Amino acid sequence: MSAPHALTPSDRRLGELGPMLVRLGLIVGAIGLGLSFIIAVMGHGDRFFKSYLVAFMVVLSIALGGLFFTILHHLVKAGWSVVVRRIAEGVASTLKYAWIFFIPILVGMLWFGLYDHWSDPTQHDEIVSGKAGYFFFTAPSIEDEGAMAWFWLLRVVIFFAVWAMLAKYFVNASIAQDTSGDVNISRALQKYAPVAMILYAMTQTFASFDWLMSLEPHWFSTMFPVYFFAASCTGFFSLLVLAMFFLHKKNKLTSELTTEHFQDVGKLLFAFGIVFWAYIAYSQYMLLWYANIPETSGWVITRQIHGWGWVSLLLLIGHFAGPFVILISRHMKRAKTILACAAGWMLLMHFIDIYWLTMPTIPYEIKEARNYSALIAATTNEDVGYGWHLLDLTCIVGLAGLLIAGTAKQLSQCALIPEKDPRLNESLAFQNV
Amino acid sequence: MSDSSSILGSTAAPDREAHLTPAANKLYGLMAEFESPAQIVAAAEKVRDAGYRWWDCHTPFPVHGLDQAMGIRATILPVLVFFGGLTGTIAALVLQIFTNAMSFDLWAIVWVRGYDYFISGKPMNSLPAFIPVTFELTVLLASLTVFFGLLLLNGLPRLYHPVFKSQRFARASDDRFFLVIEAKDPQFSRTKTEAMLQALKPLSIEALDS
Repeated sequence: MSAPHALTPSDRRLGELGPMLVRLGLIVGAIGLGLSFIIAVMGHGDRFFKSYLVAFMVVLSIALGGLFFTILHHLVKAGWSVVVRRIAEGVASTLKYAWIFFIPILVGMLWFGLYDHWSDPTQHDEIVSGKAGYFFFTAPSIEDEGAMAWFWLLRVVIFFAVWAMLAKYFVNASIAQDTSGDVNISRALQKYAPVAMILYAMTQTFASFDWLMSLEPHWFSTMFPVYFFAASCTGFFSLLVLAMFFLHKKNKLTSELTTEHFQDVGKLLFAFGIVFWAYIAYSQYMLLWYANIPETSGWVITRQIHGWGWVSLLLLIGHFAGPFVILISRHMKRAKTILACAAGWMLLMHFIDIYWLTMPTIPYEIKEARNYSALIAATTNEDVGYGWHLLDLTCIVGLAGLLIAGTAKQLSQCALIPEKDPRLNESLAFQNV
Repeated sequence: MSDSSSILGSTAAPDREAHLTPAANKLYGLMAEFESPAQIVAAAEKVRDAGYRWWDCHTPFPVHGLDQAMGIRATILPVLVFFGGLTGTIAALVLQIFTNAMSFDLWAIVWVRGYDYFISGKPMNSLPAFIPVTFELTVLLASLTVFFGLLLLNGLPRLYHPVFKSQRFARASDDRFFLVIEAKDPQFSRTKTEAMLQALKPLSIEALDS
């Protein structure tokens, strides 16, 4: 069908909003990270690395979600999502700089014992020594006291290289199409999308093993990367809804982004960020719960004692049950303001989710427990982890500011929608039947 | 009207009146034939505004905006599905909790007794273990409600429909758009309804026997 809608193009550029957002994001980022550094130097060093890890993983998961959405769009030759793809590309483009913000974690790993058990596995028990090959490639013997976890470090390089490469390729090709309008660009992106998706899946999987799951040396879960992926979808789709809402508020893309697009992004948030997340979270929980082996259930028990039980319940209700009931209806997803409020809430829940994954550490007594009653006795221990700390706030605010600055910087260089994408008309005319 | 359609349409146009013979059988309704999605949407809006209730549109493919043009109200199906799902949830939980964690007699056509069974050191009433069955039964009953609810609300399965008597209607699955107003509509009047349809400039109007 030719030109189904007499569309009057609205403002398709960020305009002066771009530099304003970049400035704001940089200022917030500098203040947040500056404060974090000052507090860290004032004697909260250990806490800083954990808080920073939470903040970094939250922001990284959102950026990875953007990359996932961009690749997925080309992989399935999606039509409807053309008008929202540029925002995803903007978020994904920040992956080019992600390695800079990994440096504090590297410092924590190498000199401040952030992944304590892996800095010198010869000091630890059989389980840790048995897994040491994943970090050192060849498990170090007693003599190699200062061995470097070089295999782990090598993967860090690979992850950031792959992400930067993928983000750069997909974003730059899309922008190049804005001027040339070459359909072959779309064809090439579709051709490489499957490879990109596999690369993305592998790097995301092992990154979540390396940086989050390895915080607990004894615990393991093959479901963990999928959980992290679901969490990253929660974060990204929430941000996407908020970004679309923000653009509408600022009178950008008012005729391009319709209720239909809001509903569809809402569907993705509902499907991936709420239902899929809960499905994976439960699948992981049930196996650990049913097997009830001290080696693996310590992780779950730690998240049920000393106040962490309430956080777990908050996630169950606030990350799944509540939003599920609210967003299941089509009318709710089509009501922009309600959807945006839900997305803001889900973004908060995403932060708490990553916090809940990262912060509690298994009490030593649980690790030592030889039977079930010893395990129960061990849970009376008070030393589970950390309460709230100012650093949690300053780190996430700082990195979130920088994410906004990076996204806005990318988006000010181009139009807010891919103007010459061959499927643009399909996307503009898209309707949910 | 484009030229390509007139090649086929020209045979239908002259005998437009021929089909309006007095019905031997009971009249089912009047069927108007249109050539484009835009025409049927415009026609549907007119019919909707005229206050008809018993009428329908038949198109070769889903036409965007036709639902609004026809003034179709929201379906009750989601509500039915919700209660279908809820039935599944409750049934699964009651079944599992009663059979695994209760030990009293219950009359369900015959007397049955729950048997509390100690499994791998877990509490008798272990909700995590019951979730998979609860989830599956919720999904099963919700989807069965969708399937059968959709059939029933649409009046399916239906082996016969009066529109299939029409030769022209064969093109409803190809390139023509039909609007049928049923005779049982309180507003229906053979002459007035026909005049109204005529004003919409259809390719043809046909009276359908029931």
